Amino acid sequence: MAFNYDQYLRLEKMPTLWCWGCGDGVILKAVIRAIEACGWKQDDVCVVSGIGCSGRFSSYVDFNTVHTTHGRTIAFATGIQLMHPDKHIICVAGDGDAMAIGGNHTIHGCRRNINIKFIMINNFIYGLTNSQTSPTTPQGMWTVTQKSGNIDPTFDACNVAIASGASFVARETMLDPKKLEKVLIKGFQHRGFAFFDILSNCHINLGRKNKMASAMENLEWIDSITIPLKKYEALSPEEQLNKMPTGVLKHDDTAREYSDMYYQEVIGYHQGKRKVITQDDFTKKI
Amino acid sequence: METRDIISTGNDLAAIAAVDAGCMFFGGYPITPSSEVMQTISDLLPKIGGVCIQMEDEIAGVAVAIGAGMAGHRTMTATSGPGISLKAENLGLAQMCEVPLVVVNVMRGGPSTGLPTRVSQGDVRQAKNPSHGDYRSITLCAGSLAECYTETVRAFNLADRFMQPVFVLLDETIGHMHGKAVVPTVEEVKKAIVPRKKFTGAPEEYRPYGVGADEPAVLNPMFEGYRYHYTGLHHDAKGFPTEEIETCRKLIQRLEDKVMMHTDELELNEEFMLDDMTGEEGEVLIIAYGSVSLAAKESIRHLRAAGIKAGLFRPLTLWPSPEKSIRKYTDMIKNVLCVELNIRQYTEEVERVSSRLDIQGLFKVNGRPISPHEIVSKVKEVF
Repeated sequence: MAFNYDQYLRLEKMPTLWCWGCGDGVILKAVIRAIEACGWKQDDVCVVSGIGCSGRFSSYVDFNTVHTTHGRTIAFATGIQLMHPDKHIICVAGDGDAMAIGGNHTIHGCRRNINIKFIMINNFIYGLTNSQTSPTTPQGMWTVTQKSGNIDPTFDACNVAIASGASFVARETMLDPKKLEKVLIKGFQHRGFAFFDILSNCHINLGRKNKMASAMENLEWIDSITIPLKKYEALSPEEQLNKMPTGVLKHDDTAREYSDMYYQEVIGYHQGKRKVITQDDFTKKI
Repeated sequence: METRDIISTGNDLAAIAAVDAGCMFFGGYPITPSSEVMQTISDLLPKIGGVCIQMEDEIAGVAVAIGAGMAGHRTMTATSGPGISLKAENLGLAQMCEVPLVVVNVMRGGPSTGLPTRVSQGDVRQAKNPSHGDYRSITLCAGSLAECYTETVRAFNLADRFMQPVFVLLDETIGHMHGKAVVPTVEEVKKAIVPRKKFTGAPEEYRPYGVGADEPAVLNPMFEGYRYHYTGLHHDAKGFPTEEIETCRKLIQRLEDKVMMHTDELELNEEFMLDDMTGEEGEVLIIAYGSVSLAAKESIRHLRAAGIKAGLFRPLTLWPSPEKSIRKYTDMIKNVLCVELNIRQYTEEVERVSSRLDIQGLFKVNGRPISPHEIVSKVKEVF
């Protein structure tokens, strides 16, 4: 039987404001399926979104939902998570949200390894504001602020997340919703900061001026630049240059989650349940 | 009311008051001269199972606190002027979403980095309108060590009553002042707590923003079965984005009216040596607030000893301003002197309220406190 999404959707808010053929809806459905697969109750889930097309994600799903300021999802979510460490906090942000205006929060959310599931919908462009350059816009592509072609070097979001200390980092595309769902489930079940770089299309505001005016053409391009991690590793450095590996890129079950540390160690110390925290408490100290 | 003595600093008293008032969460970022608030509360909160987190920047420092407030908890941040400038955007979100929050601002010299370790009252105008858009900021200002405690407690209760951020302005002088404060006992504080309103009906009938035209939103704690939506966009009764003309107008008008139609609940003033004023020639009204009022009181003793009948009007709630009370005294007394550690920031409000353009001012912006002697000289010079 087909999956019934109705229970999880705010149906009176349909249709969404997303353009016809947009990948955001595919991602939204995959997130819902992953939540159900994890057995999470709707009352126990909080979805925090930022600004941009992805910002509207939170208003369409029937959970506790927060639509925050541009780039700040992780900061708001951190407050909610720390007061409710047993609940499930999901952030949804765009590439501009996560890598530009909110870059600092992304880095430090990863570093703290707090139990937040951070979904970055990466469509390589500022879509809602009509085609301005984003930190993930490929060099040489047309944008409305760089009509002669984008010269800005790009961010590899997953490398940023890995270097910043996220304990679960994955990249998938919306081309294979089943695979996407599986990766989401894996990250949702991981305790710690889970960073998902989910590639999606924006044929309207990226594609139109970059020779992929239809959703299909935009998706074919995404398909052409992605490759599963194992195959990616077999490529030569030259071949790797313009490919993005997909799948789970990092999964570290040993890193301690931030709120667990706070409640056990900090509150533990102040309530006389343990001695003061010293460097001996940590294997990696510096 | 039962009291107790605490020997401490203004900044520490604000932290102690927060915890006594039921604060369970603090988010912040280090900044002089307010850092001691975070340093002290980082010890106090974990003792009672609360959380204090130092964030990556001022923006995150307020956002994390608003997040805890959205989840339903009493929450606080503390900073100084440069921090408020950075927090402004999210303070606007908290106003729009109607999330209670206490913001302690220990004022230092500005603009920009200014005079980090020295005193100022330069953020008074900023406190009125920290971000873009229409709403009414509530701003309290402590004028003594004891008030660093009591005004912080009052701020928590007002934040939950009006469902919005409430500023507590301290300044470098009062924040770092050390001495004895006579404050209410914890039991007295706990007794006076009125928790924020909660909807207890069926979830499908819940309308967090569907309240009376002059009432604040009713925001239930998260994860208790009332799933609703927060947004900084104009929103309808259920909290969802809308551009419907009447809904948008009503929302912003309500943000105005929920405060301005209930200013009597906010007003708190000190009237020092004003009871014998009759409006006769030669009487002097001094208007001052915060740490400056300590010097103003001392100057009044000197002026009275010299035969000049002077008194002090001191608002503890700066915004919205106590219009009726200011008017009462400025209508009665001809010689009015405003004393501020900024240039005309509150004097302009006194001028607006009193419709008088002959208000005299003593303004100091070099990072040093005003001495009683300076006020005495100014009074003798201008009146």
